Amino acid sequence: MQPVIQTHNLTRRFGGTVAVDGLTLEVYAGEVFGFLGHNGAGKTTTVRLLNGVLLPSSGSARVLDLDPVKDGPALRRRVGVLPETPSLDERLTARENLRIYADLYGVPADQVPRRIEALLETFELTDRADDLVGGYSKGMKQRLALARALLHEPELLFLDEPTAGLDPMAARRVRGMIARLSRETGRTVFLCTHNLAEAQRLCDRVAVLEHGRLLAVGTPAELAHRLWRGLCLEVELVPATAPTALDLLRRVSQDGEVEWREPVAIVRLPNREAIPDLVTALVEAGVRLYRVTPQEPTLEDVYFALHGGEEVPT
Amino acid sequence: MNWRAVKAIVRKDLIVVARSRGVLLPLILVPAIILVVLPALVVLAPTATGLPTTSLDDMKRFMAAMPPGLQAKLAGLDDAQRWTVLALVYFLAPLYLIIPLMVSSVIAADSFAGEKERKTLEALLYTPTTDGELFLGKLLSAWLPAVGVALGGFVLYGLVANLTAWPVMGRLLFPNGMWLVLVIWVAPAVAGLGLGTMVLISGRVRGFQEAYQLGGAVVLPLVLLVVGQAAGVLYFSTGLVLLLGLLLWGVDAALLWWGKRTFRRGELIARL
Ligand SMILES: Nc1ncnc2c1ncn2[C@@H]1O[C@H](COP(=O)(O)OP(=O)(O)O)[C@@H](O)[C@H]1O
Ligand SMILES: [Mg+2]
Repeated sequence: MQPVIQTHNLTRRFGGTVAVDGLTLEVYAGEVFGFLGHNGAGKTTTVRLLNGVLLPSSGSARVLDLDPVKDGPALRRRVGVLPETPSLDERLTARENLRIYADLYGVPADQVPRRIEALLETFELTDRADDLVGGYSKGMKQRLALARALLHEPELLFLDEPTAGLDPMAARRVRGMIARLSRETGRTVFLCTHNLAEAQRLCDRVAVLEHGRLLAVGTPAELAHRLWRGLCLEVELVPATAPTALDLLRRVSQDGEVEWREPVAIVRLPNREAIPDLVTALVEAGVRLYRVTPQEPTLEDVYFALHGGEEVPT
Repeated sequence: MNWRAVKAIVRKDLIVVARSRGVLLPLILVPAIILVVLPALVVLAPTATGLPTTSLDDMKRFMAAMPPGLQAKLAGLDDAQRWTVLALVYFLAPLYLIIPLMVSSVIAADSFAGEKERKTLEALLYTPTTDGELFLGKLLSAWLPAVGVALGGFVLYGLVANLTAWPVMGRLLFPNGMWLVLVIWVAPAVAGLGLGTMVLISGRVRGFQEAYQLGGAVVLPLVLLVVGQAAGVLYFSTGLVLLLGLLLWGVDAALLWWGKRTFRRGELIARL
């Protein structure tokens, strides 16, 4: 499959700081790609580089099979961006903002009114469409900026921290809209965020960025498996049968250890496939149990492991 | 050149200007003072108070110091007529040029520096417009209104001046060849001067106010012209005005060439 975004050693320096450092990655058509990193990790700079708005110090990129440095205008015609700050004209109304951007993006003139009305409807702004944007709440501004990014029906959408600075309700609403957007249209989304739950909820694959360098790329599950070989299994036991159970668990455990937090035993198995055999063995040995729950590490675990917050077993 | 995009930028900037009182106020006030209040005052004040503006001796000395070309123009007029022609045709001419300068600087300050301050530039940079289209759109959104106000202002000024001067002169003062050159040739160039200065300044300031205050210095050359003429060093003949225009267009070209070089996406976004 031809990647929608492909970078090779993409690097951008600002004086002494290296904002993006030798970034090599691929993003495929139709996926929601999470670009995860703390503030200052280099997410916004990457978005700018990929849109030909900022020039790289070295390295190269291809986006929609175009070179952002040489084909900026042609590329930007097919790409939508929700910038980090909504950068809407507050002295214009929502309709005026959209109207002007429809002209700037070259939306066919006969389609402009229909698209504007449809987007206002989708983003629940129709009632306030003729009010000056200066009076909007942060959530409304963010929704309007999203509508603006979609006016020209882009094939690829960049969202730079779409829920940062929103209150929880507004953030949830925006997140829901993004989820629907990617599911319904199958459009490729490049989502910058420092919000792990958001990445976990929305993204097919994530890249973790730190100081401009890529720490890891993969699906959240892949990353988890790469970091923690095997998986953790919680087994809740009837206390009377615990000694037998712990014996048995110790034998199948990958590292020979069992964590006992009465009445729950936690054991590390090589893979999911080991679970049925283990349950059968436990039952045959007369162990009685309430539940067996595999613990997939969350993206949060992955993230903190990558950032050196925990020991990473190799 | 994508004209639809250029027009959209102009439209956006003009709506924004029309909706901000801080920007609109000087755009209305300054032309009103220079083009209506000042000519009316200059002509009506002496007659209304019954006092001659200068004593006869002062006037004689002043006339003697005048460039010969101007003396010839004023020959055969009585004192009141001389004063009227001097004031309305000559002294107010360099003041008139303040109008296109002011209009273009105020709008350019809002459109270039103000946009940065309001953080609306980033989305604009992500559009498929080229750097050239963005630059042209921003230039036109300041230059077109400046030229428009200068033209409209001249028509208004001609009416006011003719009307107030009629009792003294008994003939029309405007239109006048030198003024036509001033309006058509010099005023658009002066508009470009304000604009070009603002483009260069706006890259280095944080916002509208700062740009506007710094850019105000560009009015100094015009003040020199006002003073120079009042002191009898030069006078606004058609030839001088033609030459002045040529000089200004040259300066404009240099400023805009330099401005265009600094107006690049990569530079603009890195300075946001
Ligand atoms: N225009 C700029 N000038 C100087 N340094 C910059 C500029 N833009 C970004 N940086 C630096 O580059 C690093 C990455 O910034 P950024 O891409 O904004 O990170 P993120 O979006 O992940 O928060 C930061 O250290 C930031 O200070
Ligand atoms: Mg950022």
